[in-house]
Amino acid sequence: MLEDKDRIFTNLYGHHDWRLEAARKRGAWDGTRALLELGHEGVVDGVKESGLRGRGGAGFPTGLKWSFMPKEIGERPHYLVVNADESEPGTCKDREIMRNDPHIFLEGCLVAAFGMRAHTVYIYIRGEYIRERERLQAAIDEAYEAKLIGKNNVHEWDCDIYIAHGAGAYICGEETALLESLEGKKGQPRLKPPFPANVGLYGCPTTVNNVESIAVAPAILRRGPSWFASLGRPNNTGTKLFCISGHVERPCNVEEEMGIPFRELIERHAGGVRGGWENLLAVIPGGSSVPCLPASTCADLPMDFDTLQSHKSGLGTAAVIVMDKSTDIIRAIARLSYFYKHESCGQCTPCREGTGWMWRVLERMARGESSYAEIDKLLDVSKEIEGHTICALGDAAAWPVQGLIRHFRHVIEDRIDNYARPGAAAAE
Amino acid sequence: MVARRLSPNQPDSFAFSPENESWAREEMAKFPEGRQASAVIALLWRAQEQEGWLSKPAIDYVAAMLEMPEIRVLEVATFYTMFNLAPVGEHFVQLCGTTPCMLRGAEDLKEICRERIGAPGEVSRDGKFSWMEVECLGACCNAPMVQIGKDYFEDLTPESFTKLLDDLAAGKPVKPGSQTGRVSSEPEGGLTTFNEGAE
Repeated sequence: MLEDKDRIFTNLYGHHDWRLEAARKRGAWDGTRALLELGHEGVVDGVKESGLRGRGGAGFPTGLKWSFMPKEIGERPHYLVVNADESEPGTCKDREIMRNDPHIFLEGCLVAAFGMRAHTVYIYIRGEYIRERERLQAAIDEAYEAKLIGKNNVHEWDCDIYIAHGAGAYICGEETALLESLEGKKGQPRLKPPFPANVGLYGCPTTVNNVESIAVAPAILRRGPSWFASLGRPNNTGTKLFCISGHVERPCNVEEEMGIPFRELIERHAGGVRGGWENLLAVIPGGSSVPCLPASTCADLPMDFDTLQSHKSGLGTAAVIVMDKSTDIIRAIARLSYFYKHESCGQCTPCREGTGWMWRVLERMARGESSYAEIDKLLDVSKEIEGHTICALGDAAAWPVQGLIRHFRHVIEDRIDNYARPGAAAAE
Repeated sequence: MVARRLSPNQPDSFAFSPENESWAREEMAKFPEGRQASAVIALLWRAQEQEGWLSKPAIDYVAAMLEMPEIRVLEVATFYTMFNLAPVGEHFVQLCGTTPCMLRGAEDLKEICRERIGAPGEVSRDGKFSWMEVECLGACCNAPMVQIGKDYFEDLTPESFTKLLDDLAAGKPVKPGSQTGRVSSEPEGGLTTFNEGAE
């Protein structure tokens, strides 16, 4: 279990003042100059050594991503773009960083921009986070005022930080769709390669990182990569913000050690499953895109990237959605299918057509108006969508459906049996 | 995908107020020379704030300002679902219906909206309210929740949501954020971190 001294986010809940003066007393912007003295390579190597994996869902090693940027600034400027388009259902952690601890995040922007030789940072925040945007802008204004960022700042690395925003499109959390949106277009993902580190914003070298990944960077460098690497488990190091929602007694965000067992996580911080552990039905451990897991596999399950992947699920954004036995699991997943249907950008046919098709079938299955053969057909179609689209939204739409069929096929079958029984539908 | 069309009823013209015009110029300056299109969402949003919804003349106005083809701006306006392409109520309730909120009672709140306000997208007769179901608003540890205007109202129950709508209808002040008194997304009833020395 993580001790308070190892927690990076000391004002996650906003019980203290977010402003610069108070944030400095909590350790933000403390000796930032010394971090930059590590040099560009030193910053990148430090993050590499810490083992930090991206906190936006995919879990790609952050330091490695940073190292893809050109080592010299050529004719094209470098950009750091921060993905603050937090929209994965279940996820609400970056919001707390931006409104309650904005300065440790902004310090991270400067340090990361320096590491990648970028003089300009764009923070792309989802359109609905209007108050959070106002708060973040106020913090940026304070940082400019104090000459911590901007031209000729005290850190001697020119760094302008600007906020841009979306207007209600989940797909803009996909990094290339985000870049399209930032260029003033519809948020439709680009083919990769070329990768953003070569051809990103305005065709220039660009790295896109999640808010949490950026916010933890200064603490890692200040306290040492080995400190961060000593927390968690091999290849799954450090601390992580978990968003615990759904059927727990006390839903909350909390910073914990990577690899904390599921039951310990929710019982220590969220009051446990509503109605007791025995009342647990299933968990979606990493945001809506990852397959659900049934209660029987969950208790001692270490919450980290590799373990959850080996269970055919994923840590994703560590948005833990808990469902108790009162849940109609077919309807819960059907609602996610509706979400993906709503959020498909429409560019690739398998996703545009397939998400709506899966949703319509699941709505019928929730009523029992289906057949055993159609369950196999649904699984088959989900596999035709997975891997056949430009971006991962198709995969993300397919996986929850596959998880449902893998673990709760019997529930779908029972519903079908029940519907087919004469008079049963009327009795419901 | 969602099919989104412009309203058949359009005003004759649109222009930014002088304050918004200068604000828009500043916004455009955030981006490199020749990349002013990057400001399109921000400008459309400001136009919507000024008028309450986004009309065709406003879309054309923003296109002219950014020197973008009108069709490109129209694409943006119809792609992003926060742009209201028809008028909305004075209090526009966006109710999160995605699974984390659904698990904690969003469907009951939807019923209240239907009874109190009417069908989704329709403006109530007094012009005060309209509502729609939206996708995950990113406040899942405070579910169920709605966004009204710029503010989130969280940890709702049918009772507290009804009272919220009553208060708005009566013009009484309302308090954004958690309706059960939480500061943000801390566990209710006592912290489990940084709680040494606490009671």
